[in-house]
Amino acid sequence: MNVHEYQGKEILRKYGVATPRGVACFSVDEAVKAAETLGGKVWVVKAQIHAGGRGKGGGVKVAKSIDEVRQYASQILGMTLVTHQTGPEGRLVKRLLVEEGADIKKELYVGMVVDRASQRVTLMASSEGGMDIEHVAEHTPEKIVKVHIDPNIGLTTAEAEDVARKIGVPDQAVAQGAAFMQSLYKAFDECDCSLAEINPLIYTGDNRVLALDAKLNFDSNALYRHPDIVAMRDLDEEDPAEVEASKFDLTYISLDGNIGCLVNGAGLAMATMDVIKLYGGSPANFLDVGGGATTEKVTEAFKIMLRNPNLKAILVNIFGGIMKCDVIANGVIAAAREVKLSVPLVVRMKGTNEDLGKQILKDSGLPIISANNMAEAAERVVAAAKG
Amino acid sequence: MSILINKDTRVLTQGITGKTGMFHTKMGKEYANGANCYVAGVTPKKGGQNYEGIPIFDTVAEAKEKTGANASVIYVPPPFAAAAIDEAVDAGIELVICITEGIPVRDMIRTRERMQGKGTILIGPNCPGVITPDEIKIGIMPGHIHKKGRIGVVSRSGTLTYEAVGQLMELGLGQSSCVGIGGDPVNGMKHIDVMKLFNDDPETDAVIMVGEIGGDAEETCARWIKDNMKKPVVGFIAGVTAPPGKRMGHAGAIISGGKGTAQEKLTVMEECGIKVTKNPAKMGELLKSVLK
Repeated sequence: MNVHEYQGKEILRKYGVATPRGVACFSVDEAVKAAETLGGKVWVVKAQIHAGGRGKGGGVKVAKSIDEVRQYASQILGMTLVTHQTGPEGRLVKRLLVEEGADIKKELYVGMVVDRASQRVTLMASSEGGMDIEHVAEHTPEKIVKVHIDPNIGLTTAEAEDVARKIGVPDQAVAQGAAFMQSLYKAFDECDCSLAEINPLIYTGDNRVLALDAKLNFDSNALYRHPDIVAMRDLDEEDPAEVEASKFDLTYISLDGNIGCLVNGAGLAMATMDVIKLYGGSPANFLDVGGGATTEKVTEAFKIMLRNPNLKAILVNIFGGIMKCDVIANGVIAAAREVKLSVPLVVRMKGTNEDLGKQILKDSGLPIISANNMAEAAERVVAAAKG
Repeated sequence: MSILINKDTRVLTQGITGKTGMFHTKMGKEYANGANCYVAGVTPKKGGQNYEGIPIFDTVAEAKEKTGANASVIYVPPPFAAAAIDEAVDAGIELVICITEGIPVRDMIRTRERMQGKGTILIGPNCPGVITPDEIKIGIMPGHIHKKGRIGVVSRSGTLTYEAVGQLMELGLGQSSCVGIGGDPVNGMKHIDVMKLFNDDPETDAVIMVGEIGGDAEETCARWIKDNMKKPVVGFIAGVTAPPGKRMGHAGAIISGGKGTAQEKLTVMEECGIKVTKNPAKMGELLKSVLK
């Protein structure tokens, strides 16, 4: 799960991570009021969407007067912000963060992720802040400092100070920089983050270390123990089809093709997308119905796929293990009838009671195209989608 | 022979009184030598009861002491599953197979840290389990689609493993053991660990390695294979069409920062002498083509 920058900063402040002062706003008037309350002479008006690259897209502006705050707030609120992470359709801006301006002396980078190789949380820091860290990692890997954090003792002061020095935090701010990173780790650990990225981390003219931006992602498996974080979820930032699917315990991801896929198991679902592509088609979605492909789940899955105006055909690919193929066949037929299926349907079933399942599909009188293996299924659904 | 488990393995089920634990323990007991293999169950406060004739104990330590169990399979719900692994490790169980899906990564980081220096092998979590066909099945895979033979299968995914097995069976090729290592970012055995066991197993002739996007475990395994493997390995990686930044079902299946793409993995595997296919319908045929 993702949260907005202002929410991430709210969480981080609770753990003592220093950030500029700021206020979340939902209207131009609120933005003006926020700037007045914050005081000072410079403010930053920042679009709040769940995507990076906001500055380049025109979603972050520095205002030097209250009038400019008003002007930028009205420009940004309601704009469709297009960044390299939003896709060409962009994202409608409904929330702003108005922050006090900061006297930036240097931009640094600090991030934390779960590292699969070390099986620990890894801190990554760099003197090259404000830039795309993947770019830094690829071209100047020596500029990235890493620490694999021992979960039993956390990030030690010695480790944190060493990192702060290596990324160029000036001597007089090293202690604060180290405390910043230790607080960040504490927040990461206690909030079950899967990613925390402070880019840029800045130090200011008066030698303070501050999080100018904050991106937090949370482990969806651990949300049950963080109701406060769940309450921050902004459904406007999520694909409605994915939200709808999650209500029925379906994992759905929209893609830009025209062949709907309904599969049991994540790996097989990915492989099904791959094989469609291999045979010249393009998948409209990833959809994992999980272990129990019940009639109800299959019906809901069909409904969600059919909402996609680009949909030209559906491929159902089920490996019946514990779940028997005849049960699945009955579920598919019931679902197809209920939604009055209007696009060609190719079904490939394998495993327990396979023959019985195929017979049930055949006897249903529905125009279901049967396939014996994944290659045949892909070939047939690609042909069907072409009409 | 086989790897990890055989007809002499003695299994205890942690979470035996839950719906999933009950169902799959029964299926396991009914498979091949299962009636002899499944010797105990553990559910706190339910010690003294039994399920399908299998005695239930309060703790893993007690179950191990009374029944000689040397492997554990875990069906405990996610909030308590990491602690269940810890308990099995502390009791000195040799092999722990954790089926539970949805364990918080933070819990698994601590559990993996605790396991350092201990003798326990962990498979999973979020995995289908391990089967040595016609001997024993520990996990949620359908037993009847398998048959004893000389091909090893290792995979991060459940149904895609069954798919590979199904294709082998159509070509008349049985399996020595099939290991589902699971799709979580912090877990037990990796591809490379399983591959080493297959390499040393005199009854395995060749291996199908099924991977997916995310991480670099497949690449690490491929490099090891290049230098050490004495047997042919073929591979498939799911997710060539997966868009970056989207989590494809499994917690670990995500392309982030341009890393962990299927193409990158396939390239490294090919460079290391592994025959790969981009067609998931051809895994079996590819394997057959490399057999001597």
